Amino acid sequence: MNRLALRLTVLAASLAVIGCGDKPADTKKTAEVKKGAPPPPSVEIKIGHVGPLTGGIAHLGKDNENGARMAIDEANAAKIKIDGKDAKFVFVPEDDQADPKVGTTVAQKLVDAKVAGVVGHLNSGTSIPASDIYNKAGIPVISGSATNPKLTEQGFKVQFRVVARDDQQGPAVANYLADIAKPKLVAVIDDATAYGEGLANEVEKSLKGANIQVLPREKGTDKTTDWKAVLTKLKGRNPDAVFYGGMDATGGPMLKQARELGIKAVFSFGDGACTDEMPKLAGAAADGLLCSQAGLPPQAADKKFLEAYKKAFKVDPIIYAPFTYDAANLLIEAMKKANSADPAKYLPELAKIDFKGATGQIAFDGKGDRKGAEITIFTMKAGKLEPTAIVKGGKSTPYAEFIGGAAAPAKDAAKK
Amino acid sequence: MDIFLQQMVNGLTLGAVYAVVALGYTMVYGIIQLINFAHGEVVMIGAMVAFTVINLLAAGGLPPLAVVLVGTACAIPVCMLVSYTVERLAYRPLRRAPRLAPLITAIGASIILQHLAMLVWSRNVLAFPQIIPLKTFSFLGATVTGVQLAILGICAAIMCGLAGLVYRTRLGRSMRATAQNPQVAGLMGVDINRVIAATFVIGAGLAAVAGVMVGTYYGVAQYTMGSILGLKAFAAAVLGGIGNVPGAMVGGLLLGVVEALGAGYIGDITDLCRYGPLARAVGERCADGGHFVLFGSNYQDVFAFVVLILVLVFRPSGLLGERVGDRA
Repeated sequence: MNRLALRLTVLAASLAVIGCGDKPADTKKTAEVKKGAPPPPSVEIKIGHVGPLTGGIAHLGKDNENGARMAIDEANAAKIKIDGKDAKFVFVPEDDQADPKVGTTVAQKLVDAKVAGVVGHLNSGTSIPASDIYNKAGIPVISGSATNPKLTEQGFKVQFRVVARDDQQGPAVANYLADIAKPKLVAVIDDATAYGEGLANEVEKSLKGANIQVLPREKGTDKTTDWKAVLTKLKGRNPDAVFYGGMDATGGPMLKQARELGIKAVFSFGDGACTDEMPKLAGAAADGLLCSQAGLPPQAADKKFLEAYKKAFKVDPIIYAPFTYDAANLLIEAMKKANSADPAKYLPELAKIDFKGATGQIAFDGKGDRKGAEITIFTMKAGKLEPTAIVKGGKSTPYAEFIGGAAAPAKDAAKK
Repeated sequence: MDIFLQQMVNGLTLGAVYAVVALGYTMVYGIIQLINFAHGEVVMIGAMVAFTVINLLAAGGLPPLAVVLVGTACAIPVCMLVSYTVERLAYRPLRRAPRLAPLITAIGASIILQHLAMLVWSRNVLAFPQIIPLKTFSFLGATVTGVQLAILGICAAIMCGLAGLVYRTRLGRSMRATAQNPQVAGLMGVDINRVIAATFVIGAGLAAVAGVMVGTYYGVAQYTMGSILGLKAFAAAVLGGIGNVPGAMVGGLLLGVVEALGAGYIGDITDLCRYGPLARAVGERCADGGHFVLFGSNYQDVFAFVVLILVLVFRPSGLLGERVGDRA
């Protein structure tokens, strides 16, 4: 009896361990090809990607990964030569579960695997602690979606990003909100993550700058589904508008519950909750939502990219795939320019790059932020996100006008 | 006042769900002194099965209520089967083992169930189709939705039904006998294994209903939703006195209310700017109507565990549990 019991316990425990251990990690180990005496015909270049592939925002992580994967596949198909050898790019995707602790672990894993460059991470909360590890190892890392200003304020030479920062996104959405809804009293809520809190801080600052009264900050977590207590409290203060810095998995239930409680305020979200999942999560309550995305909407990205993505993955990009695609291409482009995959050699090329990507012209400023990054404001209409305005350099342009003006260069890009 | 009332309504709805889940913990504990940590995952599986069925039927044009009922009707047997299997494979072979062994297999079973659900239903947050039309009622200034009323009503019915089962039926008598002394109950002709299995199965049925309620109330389900819900329901069971059926009901409702009021008011209470001397100490952050909030409503999940610790320190047998102190 007891032996059987023991065996079952061991069985259960080992199953649990197996259950925990399944990671979509690419554990293929291939011998590092180094510049040896007989020059090998090909050189293998590993490029890492990190994003959450498990948890509430796994769909966004997969979207990011697809973008980067596509760039790598295209580079392999193009048979690029670096330093006279055939470059074989190897994609190393990792899952950080949107968890800062796991983020640093996988960052170290990529460093140990001797990747030449990294695309990622998706979240600001995981990117910031991981950036220190990449910096120490001297490996360039480009995030396609981390918007917290702190990421590039640490003075790390290896850290870049191709999206706008929260201190650009926050003021954009706040000013648009102030213009359209003309609120007197705004409630600001965040999910207590580096991203949510950072964005909410920027929005609050801009609103206060516009002489709009802001209620004391309310907070949830990145796993909160029950917002009733917070919303009920807000209902008592009767704000005209609500801003939430957080992701769609928590923002959706929030919006639904707010309408259930009879709160009529205008809701506005940042980019993390500006996705097509919103109408599914919040139902009819999603209508009228204002939200912003750093950069241009996926549908405004390069047509060639959109078609290729759809063909490769059978779905449309959700938000950031064009950005991670560009980020991976930037790494490859810099390697081509430097004619080397050695991070120390191609990093200077990356810093001064001027590249036409799927999301437009990309160049970095001294901090590693993208110059002249755009922010798009969307409105949810009948379950669809419709771009309503593009904010660039503090100036807001209606979307139709922007697309009209940008049509010509977009065609050029398609030809190229 | 209407805000306070609204928080009470929120808390009672939440508490009713905790109570139904807590019943599953407390019934099992009452009979075999096992904390069935896999119970929260059974709730999750109930929500997931209901999600699948409701999603399939949502487009079919059936009345929403019928769709949800069919979803629940499918979730209940699946949960019962899962729970029975766990009991048969993970707990029954360990019935005479030291107390720690089944506790560890319970945690193992919980992890296995969670990851199986991840494989079946993916890692994404699943959005329940929003088919139930939003009906709201005003009650003394508080807004109550139709779903909330349904949850409260169903929970009340479940509690009455369960009390009737435990105190009025033959099976209930066998359960109470087994709880008092399994050996003697066995000698008196009670089939202990059957009674224990029945307890698990009934608890799983309740868990399935709770899962459907949580899913339709919040509109989302995810494979990780069971663990925190299960822990809170466990805290509710301990608060009421684990092993005590009416205790679980009281504990659940109380915990829901504590959580809602706590999350609703903690921000105001810990706003240092409200207290003169402290506000001066904080300085400029309070100037011009500013706020310095120590603990925000993101501490909502903490209340359940603060209550759990307080109960264990000051009244280990719980509010209504008098006979469990020596066993826990």
